[in-house]
Amino acid sequence: MEARGIFRVYLFDFVIDPRFAEVEMKCVIKGTGYVLVHTPDMVIENGTTQTTERVVNPDSEYLKELPSHLRTFDQVLSYWPNQVYIGNKTPDELRDVAEPWCNETCDVADRYGKFGQMMPEDEFYLLLQACDVFDLVELDAEFVAGAKEAFAANKVIDETIVARVKDGVEASVVADLVENEHAEPLSFDGKLVGCVKRAHDIDVNLNAHTMLENLVAKASSVLALLTVVETAGIEKADIEYVIDCCEEACGDMNQRGGGNFAKAAAEIAGLASASGSDSRGFCAGPSHALIEAAALVQSGAYKCVAVTAGGCTAKLGMNGKDHVKKGLPILEDMLGGFAVVLTANDGVNPEINLDIIGRHSVGTGSAPQAVIQSLVYDPLEKNGLAITDIDRFSPEMQNPDITKPAGAGDVPAANYKMIAALGVKKGAIEKADMANFAKERGITGFAPTQGHIPSGVPSIGFIRDMILDGDIQRAMIIGKGSLFLGRLTNLFDGTSFVIQKNSGEQEATAVNEDEIRGMVARAMREFAQSMLADAE
Amino acid sequence: MSILANKKVVVIGDRDGVPGEAISACVETAGGEVVFSSTECFV
Repeated sequence: MEARGIFRVYLFDFVIDPRFAEVEMKCVIKGTGYVLVHTPDMVIENGTTQTTERVVNPDSEYLKELPSHLRTFDQVLSYWPNQVYIGNKTPDELRDVAEPWCNETCDVADRYGKFGQMMPEDEFYLLLQACDVFDLVELDAEFVAGAKEAFAANKVIDETIVARVKDGVEASVVADLVENEHAEPLSFDGKLVGCVKRAHDIDVNLNAHTMLENLVAKASSVLALLTVVETAGIEKADIEYVIDCCEEACGDMNQRGGGNFAKAAAEIAGLASASGSDSRGFCAGPSHALIEAAALVQSGAYKCVAVTAGGCTAKLGMNGKDHVKKGLPILEDMLGGFAVVLTANDGVNPEINLDIIGRHSVGTGSAPQAVIQSLVYDPLEKNGLAITDIDRFSPEMQNPDITKPAGAGDVPAANYKMIAALGVKKGAIEKADMANFAKERGITGFAPTQGHIPSGVPSIGFIRDMILDGDIQRAMIIGKGSLFLGRLTNLFDGTSFVIQKNSGEQEATAVNEDEIRGMVARAMREFAQSMLADAE
Repeated sequence: MSILANKKVVVIGDRDGVPGEAISACVETAGGEVVFSSTECFV
């Protein structure tokens, strides 16, 4: 009887040992990477506003005027919102700059920032080729020779990637491929310097247009992944899983969206230990992906997960007609990319709290009031929190410099107004405080209109810094998606989650599998010894 | 109150403003006939 009692005691210890609480620990945001790629020639060649105009109105004044409205690389470097995106300035500093921001020159014009970098178009074409594993990208040999040194000097491009760039071909070969073989042109300063070939003669999913879009998304995702490895201070081998959340689809005629951008980008970025998969949800994709990644880390399935997305050529110059009409530069000349690394709790970095998740469900409806209730108020009310417990909100972070001239207004400001208005209705804030709500708890929009790129996630680097500096305790990321664009449903979509200050607990105290085996073995050994002692 | 009675209405909503479906519901309440409804995304 006594012996069985001892065994029970050991089992009890095993079950209640607080070190086994590791599965409850929240993941942390280890680092963020934000990249922009200046692509003025791609605005003309690949932006759908321009490609559509060439079909329906090839002699239009817009197409004639467009080239004179394109910015130089130096101009995009000194553009305030771009410097905020790569972390050299904060959204709060941008808030105090007079609009329109395209009339102002930022006092910082570095191509590298705390969170990432801005890459010029010529370097990007070399990266595009480095990311091509099917010999689809051909570059003019003279162009390669002129750009390779700068490409190799890039802070995050290592020799394995430089080695993937080919010497190039004769200019006549590129011209022939574009003129006679349905290849998509790659131009630099208006001059043909390369092309992307079709990957199949008749499969529309592998034609040159689709391959270019997919390779651009992949290459800008690779740049973001390489960046986040540096900014998070981790080794490439630490990343065990990658989730891609861009808005492109890759596959052939038998599986249009088979994927997998994540693993394809991880391969080129040298993340040899990583597996991965794609997650999609239009502009809400990044928020969905981050919740999924946080769940993977918190459950213990993976210790280190990267969420990444590259940019979108189709949206380049999307509102260009309005910008040109108003005498503004083409402000949608940047591809965007981002990557966020989530790891097991280190006791320091801000946590993602999966207890507070906003969800736009099928039954929510599309009325703005219902959307904000489901994404902001429902998750807070369920957890006994008020909107005043959230120090900063990060909804759609589109740069108003781009959207206002196009008649779409200041999108983040409209979100703050709706959150505040619903707060007044509920008695959470006074009507007189509505005006201050955006200033105190909002974040000024600064991200390029690249669909998924501006959706909630651009602020994570800024928010992480503010929490680490002790300036704020909690922030809410809100992603929204226009599912109706896919013509499968009229539904809207959205999700939200909360980032909070680290509680100070570390997962390093948790026991590993070997320790558990040791504890069980010790218990059994002592149990056996006690049985023997009883027998004697 | 049927201020849109016998009117045919084309609805173009904004994903970041008021969506087409919400405007359509208002139009129908006001007695109008929605002949086209869409929500556009400019971002």
